[in-house]
Amino acid sequence: MPYSDSTSQQIQRPVSNTFIVLSVLAALLLNGLPWEGIWLMLRPDFVAIVLLYWCTYKPQRVGIGLSWAVGIFADVADASLFGQHALAYTLLAFGGVILHRRLQMFDLRQQTTQVFGIFVLTYAVYALVHWQVNGYMVWAFFLGCLTSTLLWAPLSIMLQAMRQMRMDRDRI
Amino acid sequence: MIDNTQSFQFFNRGPSPAVRLVFFAVLSLLLLFVDARYRYLESTRSTLSVLVSPIQQLATMPSVLWQQTSSFLVTQHKLVDENKLLHQRHQRDAAQLSQFQALQQENQQLRNLLALAQRSEFTAQLAEIVYAERDVFKRRVLINKGANGNVRIGQVVMDDIGIVGQITRVYPWLSAVTLITEKDHAVPVQVLRNGLRTIVFGAGDTSQLSLRYMPVSSDIQEGDMLVTSGIDGIYPPGIPVARVEKIERDPAYPFARITCLPVAGVDSHRHLLILSGLPELPEPPVEQAAAAKPDKGKSRRKIPETH
Repeated sequence: MPYSDSTSQQIQRPVSNTFIVLSVLAALLLNGLPWEGIWLMLRPDFVAIVLLYWCTYKPQRVGIGLSWAVGIFADVADASLFGQHALAYTLLAFGGVILHRRLQMFDLRQQTTQVFGIFVLTYAVYALVHWQVNGYMVWAFFLGCLTSTLLWAPLSIMLQAMRQMRMDRDRI
Repeated sequence: MIDNTQSFQFFNRGPSPAVRLVFFAVLSLLLLFVDARYRYLESTRSTLSVLVSPIQQLATMPSVLWQQTSSFLVTQHKLVDENKLLHQRHQRDAAQLSQFQALQQENQQLRNLLALAQRSEFTAQLAEIVYAERDVFKRRVLINKGANGNVRIGQVVMDDIGIVGQITRVYPWLSAVTLITEKDHAVPVQVLRNGLRTIVFGAGDTSQLSLRYMPVSSDIQEGDMLVTSGIDGIYPPGIPVARVEKIERDPAYPFARITCLPVAGVDSHRHLLILSGLPELPEPPVEQAAAAKPDKGKSRRKIPETH
């Protein structure tokens, strides 16, 4: 399959720290856009997608510790309880790091099914904490993990392309 | 004991993912517990918020720009119309205001005669909504006045029509307002028509409010206005909160199901007023009851409330 060949080549390629940091910041920005009403329910968790992407393709660089730290910032940005996003992203990063070899072998369609499970787990942990502390549940919250899963393929293609572009520019 | 059959590690990669997972998960749970129970971490949160706020400001830029351009492109015709309308409304309100002042004078005199405490005035501070919180579970907005603007936790926030919410968290330059539609947010109110006192609760997932624990036979009608009763010492009395939308009286249940809609533009307005300078209510006499309890023992009954 042509695509999986190209991915397996790209895994080896280096990526700069600035690019990783910028992608995470951009994801935080996208999460912070003025989503309202039904769009807030459907909002994909961009930070989770980007973190999972880096945990899959650069598990030595972006791991559980960094995801936890980003989670703390997400907690401050969303004014959720300290550790709520951090716990969810810790599990997400664990899933990404454990499954990174398998995900790298797969093509995008197979990846999407695998990634769906990780997102459901992440969302479930977040919702469970909320349920424990506040005592009620908003089920529409789980729509977000569907949209996040759907965005996995486009976002990973985009990030791959941007890495490729940076590579080409550096070579010149 | 070193196992020689294990594969040799060329690179030291630190602890395994499982160890890291357990470490960070326990750390998160610890933070969660401390934050949910004791609220020790507010200063850390406000420090970190200084780092995060540039991103948030940047995220609100598109909508702010959109609003500015649309307000710039308003036609002159529309402005003239609006000006005329506002002028008319101003004249009408001015007439009503003079009447109101006369009534206030009269009320003050009557209260003096009856030796009742004066109704105190409150001052208001204007603030602007920066953004609504991006959390499905919560109904909160952030406004652009914080600890530097002398905003304190618990202050009441209203718009030009009625109560919007209450300040629940204060950052250096921002503060979070929990809206009255937040799940289980309670406001003590009374029915304007007959003075019936009750408490209105937020529904959480919709922009509605509900009156719980109202007997089926209680005198309440659709369209009734609910205003703050002011007996809690937090909300000033007489400010509109909600209008009764629907009443279901099912004899099978002891309480009627009453849904209300907030009168203030809880989800729509941009400018809000923070109320301050509310009078401190005298402390409820707890010590006397506590002191009187032990010597009388169980024979002493609780004093029934007079209301």
